[in-house]
Amino acid sequence: MATFRIKRFNPEKQPEPYYEEFQLDIPFGSTLLDCMNLIKWTLDGSFSYRMSCRSAICGSCAVKANGHALLACQRQAEHIIDNDETITLEPLGNMKPVKDLVVDFTPFWDKINKVKPYLEPKEAAPEKERQQSQEEFLLIDDSSTCIMCGACYSDCNVLEVDDNFLGPAALAKAQRFVGDSRDSQTLERVKELSEPGGIWDCTHCGECVERCPKPAKPFDRIKEVMTVALEQGVHNNNGARHALSFFNSVKRSGNLNENRIPVESMGFFNIPGLLSLLPVGIRMFLKGKVPPIIHHSIDEVDDVKRIFKELDQ
Amino acid sequence: MKFALFTGCVAKGATRELMLSTTKAAEGLGFDFIEMKSASCCGAGVVSEKSPLLADALNARTFSIAEKQGLDIVTICSTCQGTLKKTEAHLNEDAEYKKKVNDILDEGGHQYNGKTRIKHFANILATEEGMARLKERIKRPLTGLKVAAFYGCYVLRPSENSDFENPDNPTGMEDIFAALGATPVYYPSRVKCCGFPIVMMNKPASLDMSGNALLDAIDHGADVVATGCPLCHLSLDSYQPEIEILQKKNNEIPVLHLPQLVALALGYSPNELGMDKHIVSTLKINEILSH
Repeated sequence: MATFRIKRFNPEKQPEPYYEEFQLDIPFGSTLLDCMNLIKWTLDGSFSYRMSCRSAICGSCAVKANGHALLACQRQAEHIIDNDETITLEPLGNMKPVKDLVVDFTPFWDKINKVKPYLEPKEAAPEKERQQSQEEFLLIDDSSTCIMCGACYSDCNVLEVDDNFLGPAALAKAQRFVGDSRDSQTLERVKELSEPGGIWDCTHCGECVERCPKPAKPFDRIKEVMTVALEQGVHNNNGARHALSFFNSVKRSGNLNENRIPVESMGFFNIPGLLSLLPVGIRMFLKGKVPPIIHHSIDEVDDVKRIFKELDQ
Repeated sequence: MKFALFTGCVAKGATRELMLSTTKAAEGLGFDFIEMKSASCCGAGVVSEKSPLLADALNARTFSIAEKQGLDIVTICSTCQGTLKKTEAHLNEDAEYKKKVNDILDEGGHQYNGKTRIKHFANILATEEGMARLKERIKRPLTGLKVAAFYGCYVLRPSENSDFENPDNPTGMEDIFAALGATPVYYPSRVKCCGFPIVMMNKPASLDMSGNALLDAIDHGADVVATGCPLCHLSLDSYQPEIEILQKKNNEIPVLHLPQLVALALGYSPNELGMDKHIVSTLKINEILSH
């Protein structure tokens, strides 16, 4: 007998959410969604959640199970159960609950719309389809697999503290068009995506990759957009300046010049940005934590320089 | 046990106390750590923003240096560990790509053959042999000290590259704390991101992330946070006074590097481990341990 500890919420009856426990024998081979259905059909018909296809295609049934977002229909209940024979079910994070496990996806869709998730080709539509080579298609294949389930959005560490961040799903969707050989707005797109709340606000923490039930792997896609933004010369922002400063530091000495990076990331003419570095700089200076003023190269740095010369054309 | 020590850049710069305490911890444990002086920076996932191939080539060169020495690599930074493991995965999953990288390395006399393992310091300790060695050499058990782990997300995710058994709910660091005689504190934020990678791009969000983690550790009764990542340490310790101002909450708590905590239990003094170099005072730890 397993315990399903479910976060219940019905603002029409009670303003605060609460946890309710249901006991259920998990039938052999049941998915988490099968168990949720059994609870609804046999124990409490008022239990609310989204579901549809039961085949990990529609993306409706994403919930938090034992603290992490997943697709309820894609996972065996027995594989999720914790040491106390319990599965805690909660609504997805970073969105407002509407009732029980149903959340309001409005901010999620607003952000998807913000990245213009449609082709903007140069020429008028041809009589037949716009063709791509296999290689061109492979560049957008992974991001095309996104089923908009919101699992990545739910667990994104940055969204927990900043609503302004576009978030992993929208940025992965952006890659779908930034990388599309038929699109004509690449530069415009990466310019917009380099604004605050865009690609450079991602911490690389990998939470979205871990939660994604498909090969879309949002962070990997965000990284691809970063590379395109740098290639396209969209450098007038702290994220791009940081990447270039880092890159050039390793190119020069094989390692990181920690004194240069903060200043170069802010930009030499960004007075408020430079001033914002002062408190931590002074604190660290007073404790003797300032990196060596004379920066030393690694041993055999010439080989590193050679590799840069060969690959950084 | 002999390892090639990949120090990372920050352990020799802004958190020199990490290098200092690693040397002491290794000495106390009888580990032979040979510093990789010709290894380049791991790129921290930033060099690859500009050129993924270049980042992988540099790291493959690092692996080759260790291979020539016949040693496995030990890292003392979750970011280095995660970044090196990503390169390793790229090379091992695609023979053609590996050949391409090896062709680039060739002129410098390097080749990647996949013979070197890459382990974080925590993962070396959290083995049967590591634990046995630790227990046998402890001189000052950290009895009464409640320690909250902060893993550093790159060492956990993507999970297929992580050496921790269950990266969503790991126990490796806590097992080490328990072996040291301390009391591990489990709290949800221990596997989250500290926010450091965006401190130059979105400082309020970055500081909020580390501040929330500190508050979470305090709420769960921790006396001290211990991390395996110097970048997390910068966020959690060096920025802590600014976090307090931003969040308008008293979240003062000392933050140690994992090797400092280990070396304390091995009998080294706080000053030998650079604990006087921290922004947030670590004196509270001495008080608890002297009871």
